[in-house]
Amino acid sequence: MNTPAGLKYSKSHEWVQFLDDSTAFVGITDYAQDALGDLVFINLPEVGDTVVSGEVFTDVESVKAVSDVYCPVTGEVAEINEELLDNPALINEDPYGAWFVKVTGISDTEELLDADAYEAVCAEEEG
Amino acid sequence: MGNYLPNSPGERREMLEHIGLSSMDGLFFHIPEAVRVSALDLPEGLSELAVRQRMEALAAKNQVFRSIFRGAGAYHHYIPAIVKSVTAKEAFLTAYTPYQAEISQGILQSIFEYQTMICELTGMDVSNASVYDGASAAAEAVAMCRDRKRQKVVISGAVHPQVIETVQTYAFGAGVPVEVVPPKDGRTDLDALRGALVPDVCCVLLQQPNFFGLLEEIPAEAVHAAGAKLILSVNPISLGLLATPAGQGADIAVGEGQPLGLPLAFGGPYLGFMACTKALMRKLPGRIVGETTDADGKRAFVLTLQAREQHIRREKASSNICSNQALCALTAAVYLSAMGPGGLREAAEQCAAKAQYAAARLCEIRGVSLAYAPPFFHEFVTRLPAPPDAVLAALEDSGILGGLPVRDGILWCVTEMCTKEQIDEMVGIVREVCEV
Amino acid sequence: MKLIFERSRPGLSCDLLPPCDVPKAGLFAPLRSAPPRLPELAEVDISRHYTALAGQAHGVNDGFYPLGSCTMKYNPRVNEEAAALPGFAGLHPLQPVETVQGALEVLCTAERLLCEITGMDAMSFQPAAGAHGEFTGLLLIKAYHTSRQDTVRRKILVPDAAHGTNPASATMAGYDVVSVPSDEKGCVDLDALRQAVGADTAGLMLTNPNTVGLFDENILEITRIIHEAGGLCYYDGANLNAVMGIVRPGDMGFDVVHLNLHKTFSTPHGCGGPGSGPVGCRQFLAPFLPGDQAVEQCGSYTLEQSTASIGRVKAFYGNFLVVVRALAYVLALGREGIPEAAQNAVLNANYLMSLLRERYDMAFTEGVMHEFVMTLERTKKETGVSAMDVAKAMLDYGIHPPTMYFPLIVHEALMVEPTETESRATLDEAARILLEILDKAEHDPEALHRAPERTPVGRPDEVGAARSPKLRYAFPVV
Repeated sequence: MNTPAGLKYSKSHEWVQFLDDSTAFVGITDYAQDALGDLVFINLPEVGDTVVSGEVFTDVESVKAVSDVYCPVTGEVAEINEELLDNPALINEDPYGAWFVKVTGISDTEELLDADAYEAVCAEEEG
Repeated sequence: MGNYLPNSPGERREMLEHIGLSSMDGLFFHIPEAVRVSALDLPEGLSELAVRQRMEALAAKNQVFRSIFRGAGAYHHYIPAIVKSVTAKEAFLTAYTPYQAEISQGILQSIFEYQTMICELTGMDVSNASVYDGASAAAEAVAMCRDRKRQKVVISGAVHPQVIETVQTYAFGAGVPVEVVPPKDGRTDLDALRGALVPDVCCVLLQQPNFFGLLEEIPAEAVHAAGAKLILSVNPISLGLLATPAGQGADIAVGEGQPLGLPLAFGGPYLGFMACTKALMRKLPGRIVGETTDADGKRAFVLTLQAREQHIRREKASSNICSNQALCALTAAVYLSAMGPGGLREAAEQCAAKAQYAAARLCEIRGVSLAYAPPFFHEFVTRLPAPPDAVLAALEDSGILGGLPVRDGILWCVTEMCTKEQIDEMVGIVREVCEV
Repeated sequence: MKLIFERSRPGLSCDLLPPCDVPKAGLFAPLRSAPPRLPELAEVDISRHYTALAGQAHGVNDGFYPLGSCTMKYNPRVNEEAAALPGFAGLHPLQPVETVQGALEVLCTAERLLCEITGMDAMSFQPAAGAHGEFTGLLLIKAYHTSRQDTVRRKILVPDAAHGTNPASATMAGYDVVSVPSDEKGCVDLDALRQAVGADTAGLMLTNPNTVGLFDENILEITRIIHEAGGLCYYDGANLNAVMGIVRPGDMGFDVVHLNLHKTFSTPHGCGGPGSGPVGCRQFLAPFLPGDQAVEQCGSYTLEQSTASIGRVKAFYGNFLVVVRALAYVLALGREGIPEAAQNAVLNANYLMSLLRERYDMAFTEGVMHEFVMTLERTKKETGVSAMDVAKAMLDYGIHPPTMYFPLIVHEALMVEPTETESRATLDEAARILLEILDKAEHDPEALHRAPERTPVGRPDEVGAARSPKLRYAFPVV
């Protein structure tokens, strides 16, 4: 499992890369993409939508399942990664390159973990 | 008494013993006594012959007309013999939804072919595997267009009234507003429609040809300029001749597929077809078959894009549809294969020609006139100098089902099934009633 | 196999219509710019094409079809003959009522008999399928609450083991869905239910026997809890085959019911439809039924729509010919045959389970009704062989696999519903095959990952199909 040190993580398996205090990219972790299996589609919010920390902001589809994705930060969607709409396989291939949204005006975040703490959470889930 | 059970009483006893029970009652021991049925008030069971006789007696209480000039959403067309022979094949008749692709390639391929044919007819990019009927197809199409920001539905009053009512029922469920724009002179009131295009309108539903059989001018640009989607409900036979819904600017094409080889059958089972642009593909409800390969690279077909559907998305699914009208879709595909492009065009041309002939002959009768200006496809409304009921009763006495009484007169339908002699006979009877 | 478009040869056609015997019509705009690319074929080409396709399909008559929750029973042939009678098939739906008295009698008779079987007072045949019936039934509940100006009831309770159609239907009816957890026996957790109900409860949707094949013994308590909160109880008839003639939804306290005529009442599934999902209800809900409703008055029949009706849910009166078939079935079985069918459905399920339970883990074994759920969780851990692998291996033996991965509350689930129309010999053979597959799982799991090997195609690439959808034939560019 790949867990880059420079990122922040949520317990619900999203990663956050802060560009500055109030701007960040959000995606799902390597652990999450592996558990979900081959992804075939992603629904993304629209630019301008408000996202709220701890609430569902999008979902991803595998062949036989659809899974909610929670937003670890509160803010406004400034950009969406349109490439994922055409090629959701990128999420499986390069989960940390395949950002979902860029959020600006971040006013709040949920409790974010560093890489080591996040890996511990995953290890616990594995049982 | 028929029971269709393949185990003898002795075998059943042995099976019960095998699981440690002495009687059938033991299988239901955990059902509380308070809710058990003592005796059902049902008639005694019947032998096969007695069932057959009973059903024949019921069927005999109905009148099957030898000439039919009534349409209004259910159309009398020729059904090629090959259609019935294919759809009676037991494997097609008795299979379930093709969940297990490896043993269902024949079914999946037939649906894939059906989807292709519907796309060809409508000019659209994507078709589903069918929904219940044309009315529910329209209601499902409306649901595809709604989003958080746009909820309101606008429908032309020239759409089939039962389609309008069905959309209204679905809208009652969803809690969204529906505005029906009253027709003007038998057609969509385009000025009123443009006026109804307020910012929260998600879609506009029109019918081509409309309920009164008339060809409509389709204001696709105005609908799109208002940010709404255009849903066009179409008659599939007419598409042998008329411009495709895609060509007329529709985002979604829906319609009643019954004319494609399905009997009138007192209203069902029929076939709702739905096709849309690529942009709306993932909002399309129901089963969709896609082409792929197996591990050896062999072409294979599967149910695909399933994450849209209720069994995965549950309360977040935009539609609950599970069972559809698969055998009716197969019927349509066989029908379209038998007709071919030439046959479909011929059927459409004959409908149009015979309707025009019948209209002209009817209008020769003193006091009979077209209620609305042409052009029409294979249905038209005439005003009459006599009460419609009297006209229709006279026709009925001769074994002829006349048109449907509507506000401005009678809505007639003429298809390739009506010969010139039948049309002349019908006109003769109408003349007798009108010119007394 | 070639697609029908790949068999097409320009210039071929079937000679179906006589020449037009009236003058050609003047053409009118807008005309299509190019003809649809429908196949051009001789009749023999069409006939052979579809015969070949039918050869790659598995119907009830091709072999055992224990697809859980789908009730794949034998479809009696006399029902097909009844549906094909010109006196039914040739009727226009808008004929004057005096010319369709027999058709209306079919609807009224089927209503009377099915109301007796379900303990309901009135029934509409308009819904075309089970899910359509759910939607309709929920609208009755909504109309009822609305008519009482009781507009705060926003929630429908649905057990977590329910079919996906239940929550999807509730959403379509404008309700919020509250999922009620199951207890360790797979039944409704009464405490959780008591917690969930309140002044905002519109109703509860329930299948009984439930989706794991167990009869919920607390049913009277469940429906009482809902009624006391002011909600209504909806019975999903998906599993009625286990209990028809034994216990009636109405007597269990349900207010609205939908049936699946294409399951319980033996009408064929037709590769996925048409079905029929009639909705029955108690008298106080009858005014809300969708129009038009066939009614008998002094020996003659007519169609009526109540002013309080929710409106239509489709055009005309439902999948009428499916109702004709179901009526023929109920008439054949009658008073004794209806419960006998249920008894034998439950017997067959328990018998087959008894042949398997020593080696296959069962999710639940007590009080199993017409279907049972196996869990391959242990097998998967020990051998790597999944429920999917077992299902695919069955294909090579000519058996349609059980329902896979449902209900969601059981891991690696295979849900087996033999139905009453399978013989002991068929069940014995199916058990032998399933045990042989389990042997293979233990000794040669690789072989099961490769299965099926004797079918027209192997496991299709579903990921590829969903990632780059090809949903129609791509005609070669000329």
